[in-house]
Amino acid sequence: MSARHGYDGVVLAVPVTVPYVRYSVESAHWWLARALRALCEGAGVSHRAIDGLAVSSFTLEPDTAVGLTQHLGLTLRWLDHIPMGGASAVVALRRAARAVQAGDAEMVACIAGDTNHVDSFRRLLGGFSRFAQDASYPYGFGGPNAAFALMTDHYMHKHAVDRAAFGALCVAQRDNALSNPHAIMKRPLTLEAYLAARQIADPLHLFDCVMPVAGAEAFLVTTEARADALGLATARPLATIEAHNAFPEDPMQDRGGWALDVDRLWTQAACDPGDMDLVETYDDYPVIVAMQIEDLGFCAKGEGARFLASRDTTIMGDFPHNTCGGQLSAGQAGAAGGYLGMVEALRQLTRQPLGDQVPDARRALVSGFGMINFDRGLCSGAAVLEAS
Amino acid sequence: MTDPAAPPPRKDPQARTPTALTPPRGRSRATQTLSAAAARGRLRLQVCDACGDVLYPPRDACPACLGVDLAWRDVAPGAEILAETTVHTSAEPYFRERTPWRIGTARLDVGPVAHVYLHATVGRGDRATIRPYLDASGNAVLVAVAEQGDPTMSDDPLGAILTVPISHARVLVTDGRTATGQAVVNALAEAGAAEILVGIASPWLPFDGQQALRDMRSVEEIALDLTDSDQVRKAAADYGGKTDILINTAAHVRPGGVLGREDAMTLRDMMEVEVFGLQRLARFFGPPMVARGADDPRPARAFVDLLSVYALANWAPHGGHGTAAAARHATLQCLRGEMRAGGVRVLSVFTGPVDDDWHQPLPPPKVAPSALAKGVVDALRAGREESFIGDVAREVATRWEQDPKVLERELRE
Repeated sequence: MSARHGYDGVVLAVPVTVPYVRYSVESAHWWLARALRALCEGAGVSHRAIDGLAVSSFTLEPDTAVGLTQHLGLTLRWLDHIPMGGASAVVALRRAARAVQAGDAEMVACIAGDTNHVDSFRRLLGGFSRFAQDASYPYGFGGPNAAFALMTDHYMHKHAVDRAAFGALCVAQRDNALSNPHAIMKRPLTLEAYLAARQIADPLHLFDCVMPVAGAEAFLVTTEARADALGLATARPLATIEAHNAFPEDPMQDRGGWALDVDRLWTQAACDPGDMDLVETYDDYPVIVAMQIEDLGFCAKGEGARFLASRDTTIMGDFPHNTCGGQLSAGQAGAAGGYLGMVEALRQLTRQPLGDQVPDARRALVSGFGMINFDRGLCSGAAVLEAS
Repeated sequence: MTDPAAPPPRKDPQARTPTALTPPRGRSRATQTLSAAAARGRLRLQVCDACGDVLYPPRDACPACLGVDLAWRDVAPGAEILAETTVHTSAEPYFRERTPWRIGTARLDVGPVAHVYLHATVGRGDRATIRPYLDASGNAVLVAVAEQGDPTMSDDPLGAILTVPISHARVLVTDGRTATGQAVVNALAEAGAAEILVGIASPWLPFDGQQALRDMRSVEEIALDLTDSDQVRKAAADYGGKTDILINTAAHVRPGGVLGREDAMTLRDMMEVEVFGLQRLARFFGPPMVARGADDPRPARAFVDLLSVYALANWAPHGGHGTAAAARHATLQCLRGEMRAGGVRVLSVFTGPVDDDWHQPLPPPKVAPSALAKGVVDALRAGREESFIGDVAREVATRWEQDPKVLERELRE
């Protein structure tokens, strides 16, 4: 494979979070509109100045990104619909950055959001994918819970990991969430409470699972020159990777697509895992956090949960991780869950945190994971960002 | 092994009868073939013609070579359980009522990985046999059972969902005057049915086997002539609300085709019993059974019909009867959709010529009434939608699957 082009001249700016609510009577369009409006206000421009848009949402039907342009009064020269769940933000960044770099667009709004009606989560699960409809849902899968339960069961036995190791991760993330005013979970979590929580699908218990909520997240990808002209605080992408349906030969998912290109990631970034001041992983269940930590080179295979348990992963700790509380404590706003880590990393690097600031945050790793099509997550991605 | 199911408690007469829920029904077109095979108790998966890869979940193209010629073939059922979980909660109301249940990830010896229900006899790390069943919406689901010992579903909570438990059930057998009807009654009693109602047309006329039937403790005779609408309506009013399994054994077989008959009487009589009789049963017993699809603790579960395999293709020597059998088959297809709302299974038990008076001149092989009765019990225990009993029925089914038109030509000679 030829050498990769860098991301010279491209920056991220304007982290946007539309505060989450458990249930919403509004539509996905409404949530995405609020995100876009906040993004434009943050950038100090009219939405007419936006010439590129990347959209991720599960509840926009029957619309796609196309319908949204007319709905929101946008005239664009670049448009992308990214239905990749938890990997959406990394993928949106990769595409938007290249569009901006090539001059195809200058101001690309990357937005993700979903509503959560009282019964919409159940209906979303029933029609999630053809394989899920044919070969997962008929087995009583309550959405991804059972798929992750099987994955977690396999991981715990293969790598001799106990629940307490995952519990430490959840407890630390809750600690981080306490300074985030938007977090859905507002009370501290103890390891005892984690271990005593009610069963969902063995070995998963209540605090291993995210709370589905309504909400939206967004960020802007533009040129360094334009951002400077607008006076925006920015971060720049050093390196990115994405993979889809990696390692199909693995009978159980024990690694994600990160392992495919982890060397390319760190080579392009010209730094290594030890240089990261904060790490934002995709955390709809603890087991996938462990896999990201392993596959992205922070520790050996099977050691992810123990590695995190051995470090202080709170905001002021020696390994700040999921610093806004992650989805486990902040809530999962559908596709916006895939944006949570990216937006939080951008906040920390540009000194605009919702809660506490990670001291001296210069570099961040963001990774994403999404789409349990059948028995495993198919989409994965990661990005290394640096404060400008 | 698990313990055999205990008798259900008495129903609380003041308790609300729960509404029958069904599991999600939508499936891709490719997966319909998986379900069609499961309806006959067979595990069939797609095999790529070009590269031989076995595929699951069902696809429209082979991921190994992008071949699109995918043939459904019977595959070896061996597997290893890689992971397991017990699900305690679900977003889907049907499953919420049935928590907890166990599922696992199985790696099939033939290649692919599947989600499966786990029988109590298997868990993570075990070897297993994968069996196909139909869920209450009539679609295929895979169940892993222990490789050794031929575990029964009636000993597992899954049995109540995926099969038709006979023990403790209240059953109606519609025609006790025939050897077949009596054999079915005997087999059900042996299988542990709690109460067996037996329909007797013209009860004042004595018949062979009458005394033996009366000597059975769990059997009660009722007057039931399927050609008499008032009698079927009355029987349904009296017993429709407590019939868990209905088994229609009525038949009216006369040799000959359509031509060469002075009047239509014989043809009409066969239709009266085999088609309109079945439809009367369905019209009067169907609604109360559908309404009791989730009745606690003993729901209505199955509507079983025994019919000639020549329903699939007309056989010249009994061509007139074949027209009634074909209409009977079509009626069952219709009922299958209509009774699904209550999760009541409609099971077709196809038979070749039975070893009785009306098939006396025919050469063997013929089906003994006891073999047919065993076929009924097996069909219930497997929840199998279509069963073929005896060598003739199995051969006709196989040839029908190969090419119905060729079968028609062969049966015409």
